[in-house]
Amino acid sequence: MTRPVQGLRAWGLQRISSLYLLGFILFVGGFFLVDPPLGYQQWRQWVARPGVSVGTALFFIMLLVHAWVGIRDVIMDYAHNLVLRVVLLGVVAFGLIACGAWAARVLVGASTG
Amino acid sequence: MRSPRARPVFLNLLRIRQSVTAIASILHRLSGLLLVVSIPILIYFFDVSLRDARGFAMVEAAFDSIAGRLLLVIMCWSLTHHMLAGIRFLLIDLDVGVEIATARRSAAAVIALGLILALAVIGFAL
Repeated sequence: MTRPVQGLRAWGLQRISSLYLLGFILFVGGFFLVDPPLGYQQWRQWVARPGVSVGTALFFIMLLVHAWVGIRDVIMDYAHNLVLRVVLLGVVAFGLIACGAWAARVLVGASTG
Repeated sequence: MRSPRARPVFLNLLRIRQSVTAIASILHRLSGLLLVVSIPILIYFFDVSLRDARGFAMVEAAFDSIAGRLLLVIMCWSLTHHMLAGIRFLLIDLDVGVEIATARRSAAAVIALGLILALAVIGFAL
């Protein structure tokens, strides 16, 4: 594959996702430090709020994108053998997508039932 | 002219004196790796805490245990360092702080602030 600027998309996604993650962590983290949920009901109700639910779903999507770009860089830096590299990238990609599906399931479960 | 293969190579990272910017950078990578490893753990506790009141209590107890607190301390530092070092990189992307003197100062600041902020958060939360 030949492109004049290769890797720009990953670079951009990593930066954009980092901004959302930063905002979310500062906002929610700060919120929890000063006003943590005081029990299961309050916690569950808070997570079930549409804004919180969607914001958290977005957080996990951004987190997985950001984590993928980062880990991919690390694997490419240290795993030079092609087979090893493909296996590692595959396992990590699989794991991250599975984490995404798991998080989605948790959020849907908290919003219903 | 000598062929490139004759050039001497010395890449023993542990025996090369690393600059403060190199240390900030490798800690950024290390903290990133720790954070990624913690993702499934985070989702697990998220899941259990939302299932029922007993799950919520179990998660609270887990974070009160010694192992849980140690994990929180490590993850707290990983997060603060990774965020601060990341912001430093974002600024460098925008050509802010690229000069070597500024870069060294900001790297030292990021390392120190990462530790201080982590301690502050941990102290506040306890």
